[in-house]
Amino acid sequence: MGSQTAETLSFRQGAIDCVPTLLGYLSIGFAAGVIEATAGMSLLEIGLLSLFVYAGSAQFITAGMVMAGAPIASIVATVFIVNLRHLLMSAALAPKFAAYTPLKNFLIGAQLTDETFGVASGRLTGGERHADRWMFGLNVTAQANWIIANLLGALLGGWIADPGRYGLHYALPAMFIGLAAMVVTQRKQYKRDLLVIGCAAGGFALAFLWLPGHLAVMAAAVLAAIAGAVTER
Amino acid sequence: MSVSREFLWMLIGSAIVTLIPRTLPLVLISRMKLPGYAMKFLKHVPLAVMTALVAQSVLTDGESWRSPDNPEWLAFFPTLAVALLTRSLLLTVLAGVGCAALLAWLA
Repeated sequence: MGSQTAETLSFRQGAIDCVPTLLGYLSIGFAAGVIEATAGMSLLEIGLLSLFVYAGSAQFITAGMVMAGAPIASIVATVFIVNLRHLLMSAALAPKFAAYTPLKNFLIGAQLTDETFGVASGRLTGGERHADRWMFGLNVTAQANWIIANLLGALLGGWIADPGRYGLHYALPAMFIGLAAMVVTQRKQYKRDLLVIGCAAGGFALAFLWLPGHLAVMAAAVLAAIAGAVTER
Repeated sequence: MSVSREFLWMLIGSAIVTLIPRTLPLVLISRMKLPGYAMKFLKHVPLAVMTALVAQSVLTDGESWRSPDNPEWLAFFPTLAVALLTRSLLLTVLAGVGCAALLAWLA
């Protein structure tokens, strides 16, 4: 796989490739900001949370637990488990950034999310020049949008009744549907990819009988990736 | 505009436990020569993760199974069709949002 002539990427191109994720981030970040404000966090605290934790589901859960008066240790432990799936994504991206220094890879990883991972794994083959700049462009755009969305949610949330009505929460699943479809149509290994898809979806449904959602996602993904690997010659 | 001491500890703790899984593999694995089976495994991780995330949002609301009388899961089909036909991420996102809004309006 990969193109024979190395493509040269840029920060600007990364920012442009971030555009399809913006709507999803905006709606989820907005909702997170509403809930964080409801949990009694100040605007500054919400900004800090979006800057240093920067994780959708973890911020929702944090707000919920703060509201319920949970102890700090149990909040931190929950955030750890919820974000453990990034371990897989970071590992999957690692071979594409083998040419860069550990510090650069640390900075690239620090802003890794489900969405930027999806875009990066669809876009990068590993041969591009300046993939680091591209990734920073993608990451910085995504997080800036996320912080703004959180703050907007905190400021304006009270005025918008039932944001679910506008279907915006579907921006995120729709993006993953689009990304997965692109991986499959580009790779053209339909049999194996359908096996991976089947194992991931079926594995999730099965794992969700016993595990909370975020762990079920991880268990299903590991299972499906193993299935894909063992059927490869 | 204030930051409580308790919030600060929560923030520091959450930031560290989020940072570790995000950065550790990128820092360590990118320096190593991985054996073939590990590379094969990692090659399938993106599709596997994305499918599992889609399954989570179609089948559940994150914490529990979706109730069967919520028609929102139907949005999956037209969204997938648009994804396969247009191969455009942006159009797919817009189609998904439009379908979900339409289904919510019909419900």
